[in-house]
Amino acid sequence: MATGKLRNQKKYFTLICLLLFSPTLIAQTESADITTTPPAPVTEVVAFDTPNDAGSSITIRWKKSPDDRPDDSLFAGYKILRAIYPRGEFQQTADAPAGAEETFDNEARDGVEYTYRIRAVRGDLYSDSEASPPAQSKQQWFHTGRINTLIGCLIIGLAILFFINRAKSGKKLYIRKIAGLEAVDEAVGRATEMGRKIFFIPGIQDIYNLQTIAGVIILGRVAKLVAEYDAQLEIPVSRSMVMVACRETVKEAYLNAGRPDAYKEDAIHYLTDEQFGYAAGVDGLIVREKPATIFYQGAFFAESLILAETGNYIGAIQIAGTAMPAQLPFFVAACDYTLIGEELFAASAYLSKEPKLLGSLKGQDVGKVVILLAILIGVIVHSFGLFNFAQLFRVQ
Amino acid sequence: MDSVFSHTIAAILTIGIISFLYKDNPLYKFCESLFIGVSAGYWFVQQYYANLLPKLFDNLGITKLVGAENAPEGALQALFLEGRLDDNLLYLIAGVLGVMMLLRLSPKIGWIARWPLAFTVGSSAGLYFITYFQSNAMSQLEHTILPLNSFNNLVLIVGTVTGIIYFYFSKEHKGVFGGAAKVGIYFLMITFGASFGYTVMSRMSLLIGRIDFLFGTWLGLVK
Repeated sequence: MATGKLRNQKKYFTLICLLLFSPTLIAQTESADITTTPPAPVTEVVAFDTPNDAGSSITIRWKKSPDDRPDDSLFAGYKILRAIYPRGEFQQTADAPAGAEETFDNEARDGVEYTYRIRAVRGDLYSDSEASPPAQSKQQWFHTGRINTLIGCLIIGLAILFFINRAKSGKKLYIRKIAGLEAVDEAVGRATEMGRKIFFIPGIQDIYNLQTIAGVIILGRVAKLVAEYDAQLEIPVSRSMVMVACRETVKEAYLNAGRPDAYKEDAIHYLTDEQFGYAAGVDGLIVREKPATIFYQGAFFAESLILAETGNYIGAIQIAGTAMPAQLPFFVAACDYTLIGEELFAASAYLSKEPKLLGSLKGQDVGKVVILLAILIGVIVHSFGLFNFAQLFRVQ
Repeated sequence: MDSVFSHTIAAILTIGIISFLYKDNPLYKFCESLFIGVSAGYWFVQQYYANLLPKLFDNLGITKLVGAENAPEGALQALFLEGRLDDNLLYLIAGVLGVMMLLRLSPKIGWIARWPLAFTVGSSAGLYFITYFQSNAMSQLEHTILPLNSFNNLVLIVGTVTGIIYFYFSKEHKGVFGGAAKVGIYFLMITFGASFGYTVMSRMSLLIGRIDFLFGTWLGLVK
């Protein structure tokens, strides 16, 4: 009887032990599986030339390993193995994190066929995929994601060509008055009457900046007036290339005005490339020379207010023009006239009456009409939820 | 001791520049000349080491040619020693354009300098055309086409449309068109006002930085 009780107690004890420790045992078994079994390989590996690029890049895509799960902390990610097709040796070329299903091989040689394997790595174990079909990189002539840019450029380009031809054929192209420019003659005349200098500051950017180019074109008109009025012009510059361009422009303007003898090369001189060194130098010149008129035409940065305030302090007529949005408030506050943004570019066409510039300005106006129409149509269509019109203008 | 000396020099130069607020004076003139001279020299050296030496002399192999130690072999060595056309040989074109620019020092053949200038202006205008068109037209357009379902969107759309109308040069600002242009210029002025205030505040922080240097770092009066 006692033996039977003891047997029953042993059974219960074993049962309780099994109930208590079985989850741990199962977990230990699973853990042993994770650390001893390699992860399932990735599948559907494909490689192809990366589209719309300048070559040297192959895109590799795959379907991730079933063991690549966020809760699996041991899963380390993928290694990209590359071999020259068909008999090259596979070597690691890149890494991809867990969860990734795409990467780029940006070190491919154009025209060489490569094949890829993706190695799924978990802990010290790994498994390789099947090799991908061969792929080779090449550069594309056209970026198909930028067709919209091409269409936009063509519309504006053709409009510009059309209006240039109209201007060349002698037809008058209307451009509205730009207040700041109407004052140029008056400002040069005032300096002549006062017998004081005219300063022209072409900004602090190099000649490749479009604002500097526009400023130099305006300088041509100012210099011609200065030559005709027999006034004095001084141009301190901060870039050597701009100095050369200004000298060429002023020399030509004096020549066109029939006063080549009055041209003084030294009046166009270099100070320094350093922004505030230049500002200090121009400020010094302004207070010492006390010019009657100062033109600021070009690209300006933090020195704009320093210069414009000094000019304002000595009582000079100041005509500014820039397309730098952050500096426009200072010029508006401290100068008599300011050409805002695109007015700077329009001014060069307005002053020179050059068919190419006039045609260019009119062509851009056509572009603005197209943009306005696009906005109006797009807003209406988008508001009624008919079509996301904005996506037509997305540039990849 | 070194820092006391350098801080004193920096403080004197700072005071010299700030003294311009009173009037033009000999100390300002000295600081101005020093600033211009030092920065012009610095930029020359910087241009040499950032552009001329690595891009032209090293890539072409001129540095190696003049016998500099550890200088890399360049395109000229590849061409004359190995009979190979190296991509870096293209830098020769830039070098020739640079020399052409210097020819303006000679009155007789100074006209040659116009060619590199025309090349620089033309090529950069062409390159920037696409960049500006994408950022200033296409991207702006994409982000302006919004549904009219909030006050913010309305302000954005009206501001952009009237702003563009202001910058339309083929029609005089009269009537309804002139009214729209006027609204556009109001939008611009409000933007300028906000930008003015923001920038003035940032300039104040620059001034505070210099005052802190004078009274803190230099004189030690502010801890």
